[in-house]
Amino acid sequence: MKNLSILHYALKLSLLLIFIPASPQTLFSQIIVSETGSITFIQEAVDLAAPGDTIEVESGTYKEWNIEIRKPLTLIGIDRPLVDGEGEGTIFSIHADDVTLKGFDIRRTGRSYVRDYAAILIVESTRFLIEDNRLDDVFFGIYLAETTGGVVRSNRIEAYDLREASSGNGIHLWNSKEATIEGNFITGMRDGIYVEFGEGMKINGNTSEANNRYGLHYMFSDGGIYQRNTFRKNGAGVAVMYSENVDMSHNLFEHNWGTSSYGLLLKDIRNSTIEYNRFYRNTIAIYSESSSNVMIRRNDLELNGWAVNIKSSSARNHFEENNFIENSFDVRTDSPRNNNHFERNYWSAYEGYDLDRDGIGDVPYRPVTLFSMVTERSPESLILMRSMFVRILNTAERIAPVLTPKTLVDEKPKMTRIQ
Amino acid sequence: MKNLIHIIKNEWRTLLRGKWVIGYALIFLVLAESLLRFGGGGSETLLSLSSVMLLFVPLVSMIYGILYIYQSREFIELLLIQPVNRGVLYWGLFLGISTPLMAAFMVGTALPLAWHGILGVGAAESMLVLLLGGVLTLIFASLGFVLGLLFYEDRIKGFGFTIVIWLFLAVLYDGIVLMLIFSFGHYPLERFVIVVSMLNPIDLARIMVMLEFDISALMGYTGAVFRRFFGTAAGSLTAAGMLTLWLAAPMWWGLRVFKRKDF
Amino acid sequence: MIEISNLQKSFGSLEVLKGIDLAIPKGQATGIVGPNGAGKTTLIKTILGLVKQDGGSIRFNGKELDGDWLYRRDIGYMPQVARYPENMKVSELIEFMKGLRDQEAIYEQELITQFSLDSELDKPLRTLSGGNRQKVGATLAMMFNPPILFFDEPTAGLDPRSSHRFKERVAKEKENGKTVIITSHIMSELEQLTDHVIFLLDGRIRFNGAMKQLLTESGEERLESAIARMMDSPEEQAAPANEDGQQFLSEELKIA
Repeated sequence: MKNLSILHYALKLSLLLIFIPASPQTLFSQIIVSETGSITFIQEAVDLAAPGDTIEVESGTYKEWNIEIRKPLTLIGIDRPLVDGEGEGTIFSIHADDVTLKGFDIRRTGRSYVRDYAAILIVESTRFLIEDNRLDDVFFGIYLAETTGGVVRSNRIEAYDLREASSGNGIHLWNSKEATIEGNFITGMRDGIYVEFGEGMKINGNTSEANNRYGLHYMFSDGGIYQRNTFRKNGAGVAVMYSENVDMSHNLFEHNWGTSSYGLLLKDIRNSTIEYNRFYRNTIAIYSESSSNVMIRRNDLELNGWAVNIKSSSARNHFEENNFIENSFDVRTDSPRNNNHFERNYWSAYEGYDLDRDGIGDVPYRPVTLFSMVTERSPESLILMRSMFVRILNTAERIAPVLTPKTLVDEKPKMTRIQ
Repeated sequence: MKNLIHIIKNEWRTLLRGKWVIGYALIFLVLAESLLRFGGGGSETLLSLSSVMLLFVPLVSMIYGILYIYQSREFIELLLIQPVNRGVLYWGLFLGISTPLMAAFMVGTALPLAWHGILGVGAAESMLVLLLGGVLTLIFASLGFVLGLLFYEDRIKGFGFTIVIWLFLAVLYDGIVLMLIFSFGHYPLERFVIVVSMLNPIDLARIMVMLEFDISALMGYTGAVFRRFFGTAAGSLTAAGMLTLWLAAPMWWGLRVFKRKDF
Repeated sequence: MIEISNLQKSFGSLEVLKGIDLAIPKGQATGIVGPNGAGKTTLIKTILGLVKQDGGSIRFNGKELDGDWLYRRDIGYMPQVARYPENMKVSELIEFMKGLRDQEAIYEQELITQFSLDSELDKPLRTLSGGNRQKVGATLAMMFNPPILFFDEPTAGLDPRSSHRFKERVAKEKENGKTVIITSHIMSELEQLTDHVIFLLDGRIRFNGAMKQLLTESGEERLESAIARMMDSPEEQAAPANEDGQQFLSEELKIA
């Protein structure tokens, strides 16, 4: 037994010896930055390094900004070194492909009304990896401009400026293609994640909460996917605008409150799907303007102020098999005409019956209540919500609709919640 | 104090033996259980329960209070000629009959919530609905007491007033408020509407339910007064304070009537 | 010792007691008689503290009553209609009263035996007959041995045997020096049990004195006829009250 294990070790050792010459450590050199060593500045190491080298930055505080990286490099923070920009400008500025930045604490970028100072700026690059960094008190967090591919993963971005105008975005993507943004946590920024003129983005598993404006601000970006993200307590919720073929699924939109706050705002969205999301306690869960051919199915909409606010400019959108549970108002619209389709949803406010026991209510459900129209006219009447009198009013209107849109109706309301 | 507890204990024993209160608890138990079985999630059940609670707890409590006075006239008179302070007797009788009713509602509702795990997940919401039901029970049982004492000789009148007061507070009041909002729509009405709603205990309880479940809609409203009232602790605190006043007022009124009444 | 001076009470516009002056000395057995609406019940209820007077004063052992309640430790009261919480057992009611009064129920067992209530003790009060409930009422009134006893139409629901036992008991209490006050429509009963008569008519005292005196003055042998005669007498003041009173009295006499 013992002999066997010794033999095993020897074998392993010889294998190791054979492979060492080929390993990257010898092919590319390794540079160490530390407070007490010969190299005390990261910029110095970057300048010294050859393309493909690895720079290990040891624990300590490095007061540096505008660290320019113009060659493929791997920068690794050992035991979370802190890079303090002292409020001067952009801290890491990456202008090369194949750059990895990992394990850093970065704080205090510059702030400006004219320049977008960021903790990590990446321009015209590809195959980059920004991972496991903690950004604190920054203007912009991670700023991607005209990049292709690349991964931004498991970073934490936080700032404290409560004004929308003077705060920057957490992860900012401008004119970028196919970036993967996943598992990041962003709070206290202007927009948690900002995407403009992007293509094929994958935004998965991020948490964006308590940002001053949008948790996710997504514009002019076709063919994107965002899934399993949590957007919570953002000033205005999530806005997805002027895009096509966006896949939004398994996300959680919750606690987005305010006069113009939305779980999800859709403007000029076409041919997209919104599936398996949960909308919980938002002022307006889904707001849709000029959007068409959007499939909205299997979502849970619970305890929102208005579950759906759909403007008459929206057409051919499908709401199917969603759970509408105890929202203050289920659907609001601004026109008696309706060009959208509601079918087989579960409405907790449904009072009908199912005599043939097929799971579908025998009486159609009209999700626009008389009371919701009353509150449009006299908003003060909101205080009467859930009162017996209002219940009677709504029931009367449902039996004989006069004022509510006649065609906005779910002909096949489900009797039980859709799992 | 000794007498107070003695009277309360005696009322509890007789009420429990009457099974009436147990039946009342069972109704809520079955209601909550079936809502949880067939309705699904927690918020749905709690809101349905609170609707039923807001509608029926005041009616049942008031009828219960007045019925007690009418059924126990001779017994009350027998107690009154014992060496017992009238105030002590009043509190003994009132607390003796209202607390089991309150407990019946709370326990009947809480048990299904507990074994379906809602009590743990939605602890704050559940407690709110349970507490409001309890407070409404006390308020309206004491209103029933007052009506029974005021119309001591005229039962038809007493029951008539009970139904009218209930109908007014539970349904008509809100209709009148809505009419006022419509008629004076061009004036700033927020403050007025809040004040008026605070004068009706059922509305007060409803507003507290609303603050818990519909806050997201209320925050969508642009009026500054509403936003300040509902968006901060001020709203909940004022409503809770007013509800406490409402709790105290009929009890105090009943005590006053009871102390001065000729039996 | 109860002293009442100028006691007044109105219910709305209806004057029920129009200035009653009365002294009931210790150890006296008094019958209060009068037609319905004469103010008998109101007078008793006022003394017991169930009704608050509008004017005048009630003194109890020399102490003015003003929202006082401890004086009721000295009073036992048996109501006319005995109704109790339906689900309570007789024994529980007795225990409850004992706890409430915090006095020693020295006659508890004696009274239960005397009124043959032993077999009823474990029954809920709702199942008791009217007569048995009256007996429970009598037991509650007397078991604490209070110096003053009020009985409101005590024998109304009792069978002859129980009625007899009740009267025996009251006679014994009287002998023991208790102050006894009885209202009754049954004049013969009052003749048996009391030696003092208060005749109330229209909120005023028409007669207050010894039974013998009343009989002597009226020249009648029976209380019943003496009372009837008094209502016919020219001393009557207000004419309508006279008519009413007469009407009531004749009705009562029929009942009696």
